[in-house]
Parts: sequence; C-alpha cells; structure tokens
Amino acid sequence: MKYSIFSLAANALTGHKGWKPAWRDASPREAYDVVIVGGGGHGLATAYYLAKEHGITNVAVLEKGWIGSGNVGRNTTIIRSNYLLPGNIPFYELSMKLWEGLEQDLNYNAMVSQRGVLNLFHSDAQRDAFARRGNAMRLHGVDAELLDRDAVRKMLPFLNFDDARFPIQGGLLQPRGGTVRHDAVAWGYARGASDRGVDIVQNCEVTGFRIENGRAVAVETTRGTIRARKIALAVAGNSSRVAAMAGLRLPIESHVLQAFVSEGLKPLLPGVVTFGAGHFYISQSDKGGLVFGGDIDGYNSYAQRGNLPTVEDVCEGGMALMPMIGRVRLLRSWGGIMDMSMDGSPIIDRTPVDGLYLNAGWCYGGFKATPASGWCFAHLIAHDVPHPAGAAFRLDRFATGHLIDEKGQGAQPNLH
Amino acid sequence: MRIRCPFCGERDVHEFTYLGDANGTRPDPSVADAAEQFHDYVYLRDNPAGPHREYWYHGAGCHGWLVVERDTRTHEIRSVAFAHEEAAQ
Repeated sequence: MKYSIFSLAANALTGHKGWKPAWRDASPREAYDVVIVGGGGHGLATAYYLAKEHGITNVAVLEKGWIGSGNVGRNTTIIRSNYLLPGNIPFYELSMKLWEGLEQDLNYNAMVSQRGVLNLFHSDAQRDAFARRGNAMRLHGVDAELLDRDAVRKMLPFLNFDDARFPIQGGLLQPRGGTVRHDAVAWGYARGASDRGVDIVQNCEVTGFRIENGRAVAVETTRGTIRARKIALAVAGNSSRVAAMAGLRLPIESHVLQAFVSEGLKPLLPGVVTFGAGHFYISQSDKGGLVFGGDIDGYNSYAQRGNLPTVEDVCEGGMALMPMIGRVRLLRSWGGIMDMSMDGSPIIDRTPVDGLYLNAGWCYGGFKATPASGWCFAHLIAHDVPHPAGAAFRLDRFATGHLIDEKGQGAQPNLH
Repeated sequence: MRIRCPFCGERDVHEFTYLGDANGTRPDPSVADAAEQFHDYVYLRDNPAGPHREYWYHGAGCHGWLVVERDTRTHEIRSVAFAHEEAAQ
C-alpha cells in the first residue's frame, strides 16, 4: 500500500480498519544470495539498497530479537555531517543527502527535521579549531556557520553564558543537521526492503558460520542452517562476538552509552545543542521530552545499562549549560552497546574470510550514518568493490597506518 | 558499580580510571614479525561477553594499578588484585 493523503482519508472514513502490516514477518528459506545478520537500521538499510539500487532481492535479514530492538531504537536521533577528516566528510555528507530524500524515497514518514545542530565553544583556541572544522566542511560542500556569542544568545537566551569554567563564546552551526524519528527509520527501511522481496526473519539468532575452503557458505541459526553466497554482518554492539564465530578478532571494544529523556515540555529548544566541554548534548523531541546524553560509561560492557556516576556526570553537564533543567523531572534512561573502534571510525569492508562482509565499529555515531552505511555496504556486497564514499573505512587500516582518528586519541576506545 | 581495592577497601567506581583488557603481553620488538605482533597487541581485542580481566587505576585513592575480573554482561566483580602482584606470579 502506498501511503498518501488519499490512503489516510480513505482509512479514516472506514474506521482505520484497512491498514495492513507495513512489512512481511518471514520464515527463513534454505538458501539466499545474500544473508544480512542484524535487523537494525544498518542491516535493513543495506537490504533495501541491495534490492533497490543493485537488483539483488534474494536476500534475508536475520534478527535475533525484533527489528529495531538494538541501537536504532536506543540513540538520541541526531543527524549531522560536521566532520573534519577526509575519509569522514564525504561519507557523512552522503548520509545527510540521503536523509534529505529519505521519506520520499521510502514513502514513509520518518519525521526528518532539519532543525540545526549547534556545537558550542568556550575559548579562542576552541573557536579557531571549530572555524577550521567549518571551513573543511564548506570546502566539501557541507553547510556550516560560525556564530558569535550574541548570535547564540539570540537563538538560545536561556543558556548559562557566564559559566566560570566554560563561558559560551559562540558556536559552530550546521543548519541542515537535526533529528529523525529513529524507530520509523527501521520500519521504513524494513517496509521498502520487504516490498521488494527481502525476507525479514525475526527471533533468529546466528550461532555459527559454516566455512569451507576459506569461504563462508552458510550461517547456523536458532531456526536452522541457511546457505548464502554472501554473508554480511551489521551487528554493531556485538560485532566482536559474531565475528569470533568466524575466527576473527576485531579492533573493537563494546561499551555502554546511556541516554535520557525528560517529561514532556512545551517547545523550548529549537535544535540540537552540544556542550562538548561539559560532556553533554540535548535536543527536544516532537513529543516535548528533552532528549540528552553525554559520554560512554568508559568500561567494556554488554549490559545495555550503565552506572550512576555517568548519570550524575551527564546531569552536572546539563546543569552547567542550562540551569533551568534542574526543575525538569527525568522520565527514562537507558543504555545501548556501542562498537568502539580503535580510531573512533567505522569499518565497512570485506574480511579475511571470503564471502563474509563486515559493517562495524560505529562508536556512538551510527544512527546518523544509517543511510550511507546501507548504501555503501550494499555497493560493497553487490560489486566486491568499496563505494568511493566509504572506501576509507577499511579493516586493515590499523595495520597500514591509515587511521581516521577524528579526536586524536589513539587506540584507547573509551576516549573516542 | 563498586570496586574493592585491596589497599583502600570498597570504593565507588568514580574513584577509578579504566584502561582496558589486561590479557595482552607486550611483544618482543626484536623478533622477525614484531610489526604484526604489535598490531595485534595494540589494536585487536577479544572483547568477551562474560568474565573480563581488565586494568583499573585507583586515582582518587592509593594510586595503585589493579587487575579486576568483571562480568561485562552484569558488571559483577569477581576478583580484584594489585597489577604488580599479578605480574609477579
């Protein structure tokens, strides 16, 4: 069914009894051309673009729980392309362009809202670093504006501009950044893929790989063995565990990142505000809740829940930036498991096992990358050649020295 | 999460700083495949879901380096020892 004002009106007049499920909940068949492990945003986007852009429709997406139950439903829904390094900017800008056309492409309301992302700075040195970043973005055709203190005050008069440690001197604004309804991204891609013949298989956990003569030929699952000509992993958070079943060790640690949402408030924040110096960022959802977060807890974890010192740290950051937040009650907090890579950048590449492809290492930047990740991963799977926008995200870059370390922290994943 | 430091006793986790996996051994730089071994040592991790031996530094306490065995699925801490005592064994 194509969604439109007419389908909405027709269903409204008939008591909304005519709506059909948006996608098929399939049972696995014995063999596919491509099996994608992981029914999150990246896996579903990969399946969608494989079918739509490359005509490969004999595809299954295997999900151990239900689709969208991992990080695509656990993030803070922000999209942006304000990167500095050459390997990153073209990729994230491709993602931003795909976001801009996503709803029309999918015929699905993902509530893409380009309300702007503002990164605050607090010193002359930080201003210069942000100016350089903004210039790099503009050289790559990305929008960026350097705002002074007065311009920020006009936009966000309620911020604490005279904090003793981090007085606000201005900010770098990307007006095209914003937020997206994250669950709708998973559902929209699932619907688009399913309509083109992709099997979406839930409650199907991969328990092993069958490897013959150095080539992956099948996955063992809780719902039986499934043969595949190509097997693609998009299981960020658990990449190390799944890859270990194929005998691989990855340059990744799993860490927990917490996020928070307040009770609903009247419209308050026009866009996304990041307070990097205070380890805090915030936006307001369309329901009115303040959605905010900070740093990862900082130790290896698969627990999908964090600890209180990080909650305290994030809330202190919030109080330092906008003291009025102290009167708001917290509604929920949750944790997601991040693939923290050794340089803070992702991996989209083939692996040493023939026929096994890897999409991993998204750190806490995976959501905004969803469309481009699917686009580039689908290209790699279809043609065995990396897409130009994702060609830098190689698995062997740690051995060759071609790291993409946006923060310059080195192989210490909890600092990226 | 609280860590029982062998010197200071049980303390809140915010007194400690995390380094990471305590299983790696620094390779011998004079062996023929030293570059490959260093790559594995610096960049690759087992990253298990379950018991994990890891280094913590008690910066707000005794300044001791600790080896903590902790379950990464539950954050349950099973053992804590001084790193220098572990290394001596």
